[in-house]
Amino acid sequence: MSTVTSSGTAVVTLPADNQILITREFDAPARLVWKAWTTPELIKRWWAGERGEVISVEVDLRVGGRWRNVMIADGGFEVAFHGEYREIVEHERIVSTEVYEGLPDASSLNTLTLVERDGRTTLTVLAEYPSKELRDGHLESGMEGGMQESLDELEQVALSLAGSN
Amino acid sequence: MARAATTADAFNAVAEPRRRQILDLLAGGEKPVNELVAVLALAQPLVSKHLRVLREVGLVEVRDSGRQRVYRLNARPLKDIDDWVSGYRRWWSGRFDRMDVVLAELKESEDGDEHGDQ
Repeated sequence: MSTVTSSGTAVVTLPADNQILITREFDAPARLVWKAWTTPELIKRWWAGERGEVISVEVDLRVGGRWRNVMIADGGFEVAFHGEYREIVEHERIVSTEVYEGLPDASSLNTLTLVERDGRTTLTVLAEYPSKELRDGHLESGMEGGMQESLDELEQVALSLAGSN
Repeated sequence: MARAATTADAFNAVAEPRRRQILDLLAGGEKPVNELVAVLALAQPLVSKHLRVLREVGLVEVRDSGRQRVYRLNARPLKDIDDWVSGYRRWWSGRFDRMDVVLAELKESEDGDEHGDQ
């Protein structure tokens, strides 16, 4: 089995005023990406990326079911996210809401899509805010400060978008 | 579509597709306004309006060349947009790199199961 390393290849674009689109290919079939995305013990291992440690994952994978992830960020503070599943197509698609509990107004609607080809899977997450203003509000508050502050703010916004389920 | 009047920053300026098109054209070299009008197939006042917005946020600069006004791209304000998008990229990249590790282990354990069945 060959493993193609694809570290750092997530592509982030802004297709519309209120949207953020994240795309990444994985060297695994869609059912395994699905499993990693929806199994609590597995989510614990990757969801925080390199920004902390996941301490709690709840997944009630059915339409109307809730999810909630809590992590301890590297700064030592607790960060929690929750949402509700709106649509589930096994191995293909999940539509869910996402709320960063520190900024409850900035909830997004996230659409996860998995497309498998030749044993590899392209994963996309489209995060949609209720308005451009909500998306940009965070942005503007961060840009007024210095570069470091701005990056800290970006991190918070990014955390608020963290769209895993 | 109605749009807010604010053109305070590069984000607002490039939200308009025509203005992104103008930036693309200017990325190929400076151009007089009549050339932009011809390529875009838009009325001159509309092109001038877009150019004014782009100038206000510093994405476009202008100089007089004989009887013409020549426009050129200044990409520096785009860095704000790039910085912002990069914030997301760093976060998601770290997360997905971890997911690669999890997936590799899942694949391995599946292979193990298959061998076990034989």
